[in-house]
Amino acid sequence: MGDDAVIVELDGIGKNYGNVHALSGIDLQVRRGQVTCILGDNGAGKSTLIKVISGLHRPTSGVYRVDGKAVTFESPREALDLGISAVYQDLALVGLMPVWRNFFLGSEITRGFGPFARLDVDAMWRETDEALRAMGIELENLGRHVGSLSGGQRQVVAIARAIHFGARVLILDEPTAALGVHQSGLVLKYIATAAREHQVGVVFITHNPHHAHLVGDHFIVLDRGEMSLDAPREQLSLDTLAFQMAGGAGLDAIKHELHA
Amino acid sequence: MSATGKSLTGNTTGAGDMPRHPDGKRQRVGKDALWKKAVKRPEVGSLAGVILVLLVFVSVAPPLRTMAAWSPVIYQASIIGIPAVGVALLMIGGEFDLTAGVAVTTSSLAASIFAVHVAGNVWVGVALALVLSLALGALNGWLLIKTRLHSFLVTLSTFLMLQGINIALTRLITGGVATGDISSMPGFASAHAVFASYFRIGGFAINVSVLYWIALSVIATWLLLRTRVGNWIFAVGGNGDAARAVGVPVAGMKIALYMGVQLCVWLLAMHLLFSFVTVQSGAGVGNELIYIAAAVVGGCLLTGGYGSAVGAALGALIFGITTEGVIYAGWNSDWFKFFVGLMLLIATVANMWIRHRALRGK
Repeated sequence: MGDDAVIVELDGIGKNYGNVHALSGIDLQVRRGQVTCILGDNGAGKSTLIKVISGLHRPTSGVYRVDGKAVTFESPREALDLGISAVYQDLALVGLMPVWRNFFLGSEITRGFGPFARLDVDAMWRETDEALRAMGIELENLGRHVGSLSGGQRQVVAIARAIHFGARVLILDEPTAALGVHQSGLVLKYIATAAREHQVGVVFITHNPHHAHLVGDHFIVLDRGEMSLDAPREQLSLDTLAFQMAGGAGLDAIKHELHA
Repeated sequence: MSATGKSLTGNTTGAGDMPRHPDGKRQRVGKDALWKKAVKRPEVGSLAGVILVLLVFVSVAPPLRTMAAWSPVIYQASIIGIPAVGVALLMIGGEFDLTAGVAVTTSSLAASIFAVHVAGNVWVGVALALVLSLALGALNGWLLIKTRLHSFLVTLSTFLMLQGINIALTRLITGGVATGDISSMPGFASAHAVFASYFRIGGFAINVSVLYWIALSVIATWLLLRTRVGNWIFAVGGNGDAARAVGVPVAGMKIALYMGVQLCVWLLAMHLLFSFVTVQSGAGVGNELIYIAAAVVGGCLLTGGYGSAVGAALGALIFGITTEGVIYAGWNSDWFKFFVGLMLLIATVANMWIRHRALRGK
């Protein structure tokens, strides 16, 4: 509190589905210009946490603050209006549509009135180009179908779109999960660009500690719905993070059994 | 930053198909050359199909080498093409409508029966049929949204129900399988002029239905390529979840598209009613597949998100040439369906190949 760089703050957030405790006691801050990494194994509660932050689900306990004020979101639209935008791996773009049409989908620029309102193709094309260049992305042809872009480029276009339409907090759901080494590097670079140059608060969800450590400022590891690690970059080495992610002490036990 | 950005994106896009300008201040970045854009369009396969059937039938059917023979060809194309416009838009939006064939009969039956038995003027019947058709479209869309079933199943159900209703209600009201002659009723002359009249351009007879066909295709093309609604049609068909996530009213779009199909259906129904003056209650069954075939031959992707209205018009033209070509060649008209099937197969394979190239950005 009192720290005006904090955009989103979760305070003791919990989420139950009936008797199942999907999340409990989550404290998290998303700061302007910083990348907060959320790591965890499958079923650790990462997706539930995204759904809570993006307004898809309401938490069952705890307080969710935006700019210091407690909020309760009824829909993702309300979160979006406060600049909290989630980029999902597969749901972001329409593969068979050109880049520029995708970029402005739902926010098209039109000219003329009533039934004669028509798309301002030149303006949309130009603004898409400018927005992508501002992120350091250069596509040779914005008329290309999104499906013909590489997986990394697709993620980056979706990120650029969210920022262009006013995202202050960007929630990225496993943006590197389906990508190869080179493509992952591309996406990670733009995650850093989004935070450092566009002063966006990034929530980066991943299960890859190497990717997280490259760009993260703060790290949270989830284990069965609870925080098993909560540390800033200065207090954490890649080895510690990888060890935590790999299952910590539990993995050591298995190692002993296997090599005994 | 931009230097590395360039190298990263440059490497991953493969060979650039446009020379890179050093100033970076182009108004429009690297647009494709015109011919390249043309080859990528969804309708290019159907254009090739038109040329193919043209060559085949002009060579086997000598009458097609005269201008006069083309009047019925264009007419046939128009009565397939009118509903195909609506069916194509719906298919781009990701759904099917199997009612489009029988619904034509439903609409014309409604207009005729209402005019004869209730209103006493054909124009009242025309208006009622429009309301009924739009309501039927809304019902199809609403059922799709509410049941969450596949549109094939939903409209198969309404198709079968309509088929039953058409015959049963006609028998109940008129006592027969067809409606009575409406040609002597008030308003018939003007309605005939609007929906079914012929006019001549330099000895070439053109039915007004051809104008409707062309007008609908032009409007649909403009809608698809140059309006917000068009952008949304492609999006709901291509990736409904992504569209919903950016605020596109997916359910509303689907209902509107079903109503669009029935609007086209109504227009054709009125044309047929005022051309033939009576309606056979069992007519129309099977035509829905011809409309779908025209849309698919025209480059519409069966799974949605891709296609064009111009393509559907060309698909209708292919079937128009085929219908009349079979007759002019002196063959039994039974062969028509065979050619529809053959064209469908060839065109679908060709379209798949084109789309594959378009997606790879070549």
